[in-house]
Amino acid sequence: MKFPIFLDNHSTTPMDPRVLEAMLPYFVEKFGNAASRNHAFGWEAEEAVETARKQIARLIKADPKEIVFTSGATESDNLALKGVLEMYKEKGNHIITSATEHRAVLDTTKSLEAKGLTTVTYLPVDKQGMVNPQDVRNAITDKTILISVMLANNEIGTLNPVQEIGKIAKEKGVLFHCDATQGVGKIPVDVQAMGIDLMSFSAHKIYGPKGVGALYVRKKNPRVRIAAQIDGGGHERGMRSGTLPVPLIVGFGKACEICEQEMAAESAHLSKMRDRLQAGIMAALEESYLNGHPTHRLPGNLNISFAYVEGESLLMGMKEIALSSGSACTSATLEPSYVLRALGVGTELAHSSIRFGLGRFNTEEEIDYTIKKVIEIVTKLREMSPLYEMAKEGVDLKSVQWAAH
Amino acid sequence: MAYSDKVVDHFNNPRNMGSFKKEEDGVGTGMVGAPECGDVMKLQIKVQNDTIVDAKFKTFGCGSAIASSSLATEWLKGKTLEEAQKIKNTDIVQELNLPPVKIHCSVLAEDAIKAALADYQKKAENK
Repeated sequence: MKFPIFLDNHSTTPMDPRVLEAMLPYFVEKFGNAASRNHAFGWEAEEAVETARKQIARLIKADPKEIVFTSGATESDNLALKGVLEMYKEKGNHIITSATEHRAVLDTTKSLEAKGLTTVTYLPVDKQGMVNPQDVRNAITDKTILISVMLANNEIGTLNPVQEIGKIAKEKGVLFHCDATQGVGKIPVDVQAMGIDLMSFSAHKIYGPKGVGALYVRKKNPRVRIAAQIDGGGHERGMRSGTLPVPLIVGFGKACEICEQEMAAESAHLSKMRDRLQAGIMAALEESYLNGHPTHRLPGNLNISFAYVEGESLLMGMKEIALSSGSACTSATLEPSYVLRALGVGTELAHSSIRFGLGRFNTEEEIDYTIKKVIEIVTKLREMSPLYEMAKEGVDLKSVQWAAH
Repeated sequence: MAYSDKVVDHFNNPRNMGSFKKEEDGVGTGMVGAPECGDVMKLQIKVQNDTIVDAKFKTFGCGSAIASSSLATEWLKGKTLEEAQKIKNTDIVQELNLPPVKIHCSVLAEDAIKAALADYQKKAENK
């Protein structure tokens, strides 16, 4: 076994060697600018880009012409929200989104709100992290121009009922944007069946390179228009200017192709390892709580809160395993995970959460090692925890008057 | 975030981790922090003839919080009550090389020391 073990595949993924191999010729040999229309270097680059566009489109059941390349999902989210708001301002300025969206969506809506450009409804989620489509329906007004709800949550892996939301959006004539960064390549995505009009995703979450992503923009029924946020040259049908990063795009395409071919086998394998990890940990440790939805979630995701111990100290005790925590101490804001808080998880349990993100290259041996290590460190830290001691003595921690600081 | 070697050492090999019986003679207990804030420290001292002869801690919190309380118990042992009052959070920051975002851990440790001393005094006066 090689250390450290990488179990943080929601943050990023290692590149698949097959992706790297596909990219390599496009740095030195085939370095052309895809926008150069009058010589062989340009044609070669353009052809590579169009092949990748097809590979990417096929994975999400779109037309290649509906793929707009960006620098990543954050840019795609920005482009979708700002681009739609600017283009459809005559129609209205109301956006509906959810409380557990990624910061790339929430920070964007907050910034647009602060500028007075929009009013935003933040829908709550249920205890398992799901948006209720009925809430979406009820929130729509005659000023609503966009619904933005994510496919799969990056912390808890919960899958939203995207198809139902898409249906409501269509019925009401409102555009539907979906941040599918965590879902594309992991679970089947079909922009037609799901009724998605705009969709953000990126390459580095699916074993492709960092620095490239895409925004799917529907071409018909309805034809979606967005105002460009980066001008200069009119690349990507005028929606996103800038010289295309050909090697990255080639890698993105290859990554999508591999996902399409291997998704069924890979997701079955990941679910099996995840279930083994979950069962191994939760059977051994009392008062460990699953965050998110027990079944309707990403195959590689597991998020657990361990009562009486704090997340950052858990991570510190398992330095040879790369993980992430919802604890405030691991964030810059000193607030525990807003996603867990939106689920109604208590602050103290939000501080105690660990996110396990399994990926293509994890092995059963690594999972077994992780189970052993988690049990060991949680047990050790509970021995050290005054809260655990009090709970064992029968003190109701909620009845204690804490001196908050 | 990178931890200093001293924080890592205290975290991996906590000094004086454990509890005294609260009602035991000569024991002062300080409990500070709150679970919602992500850290709770319990610090206890055992006093004989105005000198702290033993100290123990239990901490719910990040590695720096655990290290701060572990260090505090190490420093408290052998000190008189008066000397113990003088331990400052800045001393802990310096010794453990805590970054700015972790200064609150040292503040909590100082508060825990003060709370334990106050509890001991109160118990002694009520005797």
